Amino acid sequence: MEKFSTLEGIAAPLPLINIDTDMIIPKQFLKTIKRSGLGKNLFDEMRFNQDGSEVPSFVLNKKPYRQSKIIVAGDNFGCGSSREHAPWALLDFGIKVVISTSFADIFYNNCFKNGILPIIVPTEDRDNLLDDAEKGSNARLTVNLEMQEIRRPDGSVVSFDIDPFKKQCLLDGLDDIALSLEKEKSIAEFEERQKSCRPWV
Amino acid sequence: MGKLRTLYDKIWDEHLISDQDGTSLIYIDRHLVHEVTSPQAFEGLRLSGRRVRCPEKTVAVPDHNIPTTGDRETGIKNLESKVQVDALRENAKYFDITYYDVDDVRQGIVHIIGPEQGWTLPGMTVVCGDSHTATHGAFGSLAHGIGTSEVEHVLATQTLIQKKAKNMKVSVSGSLGDGVTAKDVTLSIIGKIGTAGGTGHVIEYTGDVIDELSMEGRMTLCNMAIEGGARAGLVAPDQKTYDYVEGRAMSPKGENWEKALKDWKLLFSDNGSHFDKVISLDGHDIAPVVTWGTSPEDVLPIDSVVPDPHEFNGGKIEAAKRSLKYMGLSPGQRLQDIPIDTVFIGSCTNGRIEDLREVAKVMKGRKVKDGIRAMIVPGSGLVKVQAEKEGIAAQLKEAGFEWRFAGCSMCLAMNPDQLTAGERCAATSNRNFEGRQGRGGRTHLMSPAMAAAAAVTGRLFDVRNL
Repeated sequence: MEKFSTLEGIAAPLPLINIDTDMIIPKQFLKTIKRSGLGKNLFDEMRFNQDGSEVPSFVLNKKPYRQSKIIVAGDNFGCGSSREHAPWALLDFGIKVVISTSFADIFYNNCFKNGILPIIVPTEDRDNLLDDAEKGSNARLTVNLEMQEIRRPDGSVVSFDIDPFKKQCLLDGLDDIALSLEKEKSIAEFEERQKSCRPWV
Repeated sequence: MGKLRTLYDKIWDEHLISDQDGTSLIYIDRHLVHEVTSPQAFEGLRLSGRRVRCPEKTVAVPDHNIPTTGDRETGIKNLESKVQVDALRENAKYFDITYYDVDDVRQGIVHIIGPEQGWTLPGMTVVCGDSHTATHGAFGSLAHGIGTSEVEHVLATQTLIQKKAKNMKVSVSGSLGDGVTAKDVTLSIIGKIGTAGGTGHVIEYTGDVIDELSMEGRMTLCNMAIEGGARAGLVAPDQKTYDYVEGRAMSPKGENWEKALKDWKLLFSDNGSHFDKVISLDGHDIAPVVTWGTSPEDVLPIDSVVPDPHEFNGGKIEAAKRSLKYMGLSPGQRLQDIPIDTVFIGSCTNGRIEDLREVAKVMKGRKVKDGIRAMIVPGSGLVKVQAEKEGIAAQLKEAGFEWRFAGCSMCLAMNPDQLTAGERCAATSNRNFEGRQGRGGRTHLMSPAMAAAAAVTGRLFDVRNL
């Protein structure tokens, strides 16, 4: 996984609440057996008409936002299914940060496994950042994970909380599986114990 | 005396391997695998030269992609779907995992066959790369959906890195009226708490209504915990649970059965244990419900009218406007006046034998209205066979339903069972998101009995007035 330290880029506003994983990546694109290449189908049914032409009013089809690296979103972003295709599609498009007041649990977790930083901020901060994101080519935010800060276009700073373990994993680009396999001895001991006290498992 | 613990606390403690500043490693007893969220995980294992740590605790079945028509056993026509299903078969073989193939009568939706085969047992930790894994919580097992990276993690380590969730209690007292089912209960709860109401929590369902539900009803209930934002839902096991589990293929036998039973009888929340959030409903207040919008929280009793978006607050106003536009509905319209084109009965929410019996009961002496496309997709091959034995299949075919093979089908429309743009469907599934059942398709969620009533009348209809 790629390390995450700081990111500077255009933020796209998506104020709709409850943006679900079916919106982020519709089911017809889940038939892939790869992780890559899903960016072109990100938000497919909102972004494209049935004939494949672009929906001009959709934010990621507008000029400066085609290069977005950040999304500022309405409440409860990523609700619905567990499909990791949602963060894969975001990442493949170039989105590395999503800012909202709340995220669905599974989506939130999936982001960290892919080097995407989901940031939770209070409603007032999110609304201010949404206003910033409306500024087109001036909608530039700088996210500093180490400092846990978002720098707004006017230079002011919004700080955010994050779980220290998740933060470290992102900063170091750590592979979870390797970390857990370091606990091989504890896992084996657990299994031995379980064999005697819960043999039916 | 030790600390008072909830059911969730107990299962958590029982599976905790290590804890470092609140980041925990927990052991996973059962891992269910399907074709859509697993190929990248198996590929990861191969690339890193890792093995599946416990193949005997892992089971795989194709369900999301597969056609439900009779010709599927001779091959899947959609090439991409075929590649995914073939990949699962090959991975299961390579890594030595139990696999129920398309032509095996035990094949079906992963959340239906887990309990059916006895893979799911009380007190276990169960995961699957699918959010509706919450279903298995009906057995008092801690079950939740995970992403593909976590699928790979569980395959390689039989563990999961987790932060402990908060405890939430949803209590439903009293009893249910005629025509009101587990689906109405679970949808009404989501209507009350909202689609993010359970975020960060594990829900334990309690109360007389829950006690009275059958095991299949409890599965319907827990299945949609995720639609209320909770990664897992739980019901404490009782005699009904033991009776359901006993004698299944993978259930413990003999001495182990006795040992397990003793263990399972400790699976309840201690009196006075702490819940961070408590919600109460009265069963008498729950009516047969339907959804009107594009979020499962958009739910109302069938005798209501479509709401005005301005009745809501904040971001929900715009969301409701968008939903009504997508659904082609106007504020003030009676829900009962909404005509439908299609009826879909099935899914991991309502694809079990009791659901089909419920439909058969409503359909007795009645026909599907002319011009309505009505489809029944049993949740597993065994459910299908059982319904055929009981004469339900013959009755429902006679009444005008299509009778299909088992799979996820039109719940998420990854296979050829899809809605076309503008087509309106009475569905027993779990999500009414935009495009969920096909691009532009309009989904109204409801119980199997209500879906049957819609099939008879060609519109959303109160099954109690049929």
